[in-house]
Amino acid sequence: MEAIEAIGLRKSFGPQEVLAGVRFAVDEGEIFAMLGSNGAGKTTTIKILCTLLNADGGTARVCGFDVASQGRHVRECISLTGQFAAVDDILTGRENLVMIGRLRHLADPKGEAERQLARFGLSDAADKPLSAYSGGMRRRLDLAMSMIGSPRVVFLDEPTTGLDPQGRLSVWNNIRQMSASGVTVLLTTQYLEEADALADRIAILHGGVIAAEGTAAELKRLAPPPRLALSFLEEEDMAKARGILVGFAVEAEALTLTVETGGSVSRTTEILRLLDDAGITATFAQKPPTLEEAFLAIIGEGAA
Amino acid sequence: MKKIIQYAISDTVVMTGRVMKQVLRSLDTIITVLLMPVALLLAMNYVIGGAMDLGGVATADYMLPGIIIMCVLSGVAYTAYRLHVDVQKGIFERFHSMPIAKSSILGGHVLTSVVTNAVSVIAIVLIGLLIGFRPAAGAVGWLLAALVVLLFITAMTWISVFFGLITKSVETVGVFSYLLIGLTFTSSSFAPVSSMPPALAAFARHQPMTAVADSIRLLLLGEPVGSSFAASIVWCVAIGAVFWALSVNAYRRQQR
Repeated sequence: MEAIEAIGLRKSFGPQEVLAGVRFAVDEGEIFAMLGSNGAGKTTTIKILCTLLNADGGTARVCGFDVASQGRHVRECISLTGQFAAVDDILTGRENLVMIGRLRHLADPKGEAERQLARFGLSDAADKPLSAYSGGMRRRLDLAMSMIGSPRVVFLDEPTTGLDPQGRLSVWNNIRQMSASGVTVLLTTQYLEEADALADRIAILHGGVIAAEGTAAELKRLAPPPRLALSFLEEEDMAKARGILVGFAVEAEALTLTVETGGSVSRTTEILRLLDDAGITATFAQKPPTLEEAFLAIIGEGAA
Repeated sequence: MKKIIQYAISDTVVMTGRVMKQVLRSLDTIITVLLMPVALLLAMNYVIGGAMDLGGVATADYMLPGIIIMCVLSGVAYTAYRLHVDVQKGIFERFHSMPIAKSSILGGHVLTSVVTNAVSVIAIVLIGLLIGFRPAAGAVGWLLAALVVLLFITAMTWISVFFGLITKSVETVGVFSYLLIGLTFTSSSFAPVSSMPPALAAFARHQPMTAVADSIRLLLLGEPVGSSFAASIVWCVAIGAVFWALSVNAYRRQQR
């Protein structure tokens, strides 16, 4: 059974159509990343799936329950970590967790809080007020709150926005850990490397629809082919090289030429030999396609 | 059905506990809510009161209801602020995505507001007694006065809930309370209506703060309340009902 299934979701705010028929499905236990620019409708989609917002059209099922007509059942099997750490600043970490446990009507909210504190590496800070927490710790507490009561599906809306690299890495580890325990994770992100690092599958939300969907490797095939970047010390050398490489697809920028190779050994060798024969001093680097290039190609802004 | 009611009660208890902790842990809130009315009470009693003709009523006896009103108005400004922060920070979204009784979310704020303001009012009355407030009410008078105060707190709380929900910025979330304080100064709270210019007196005579101040004052001093008691009840219930409806509507609109 699919943990999440969205069919033709539509939503407008006034004259502005944000979702124009969003369709995707997430398998149980998967980490599914929804990628999109600011304002692409990622948060709107999440809000509809979490029963916070009614769709104008289309249907969605979460854990097999219809989000429009079986809201309470949906809410019993999900949890949401919103875009801003939804933690209570005045309470301590432990108190935040116990509060959520009580609201989920658990038999032992304190024990559950203790377990989550340990799991998310927050035991030492458990009884400090949140004002003493770093951004990364707040986010981790936020995730811990979402895991209270063992939800089957967890929605994470931009879980690492605003974190420093260290905080981001520790949140990534926590998300992997959550997934390893069997939870289905739907996360939104603006960071392509995040989707690349975490997600089993990625959907690109653009223009109100899912413009592309697949594994990171599948999406990268939609990016421009692999290229060779040649860096020169002198303007003169670069101009000369350009003349020699006239039969190749070449782009110039500052003191760098980017030449399409398609990853082929013979083409790469040929390019390097031509340069060497002409006595041109240059360094080279292989540029594999990135998810970013795939993303830009798909949303039609052209590879920069 | 029984389970639903049970959950609604336990959810409301948890939510109230949460907001109550917010109040008790922010010392500045407690100080502001109590300090301002106490300072005003002292100023009225020792500085201004002596120069005023209050028709033979002692200054502290006359001023105390107005001070109670001020105390509640500055208290509910914080209710609006706390609610606003909850809406802005996204913790409401978390609550809404959980299987909890929706009524508990606003309910926690409302209950906390009523309880903390009631405690502040008790503190004000005790301080009043120290500096010369001499009530002459019997048990019934005290009970009825307490009823008026509770209804007034509830009505003002729903006003604050409405503004806490609809205000867009934290700078303006307390403005409604200043407007209400303005209303208090143009009522019988701190000066008899008969001493005002005719146009102002006509306005003062027909507005809620006058009804509430008169009703509490007359009840506590053990004097006949006239129409002020009924007027104060009607005002509070009407204001409470209107702002309850407006708040519920504003709250639902946020989820569409």
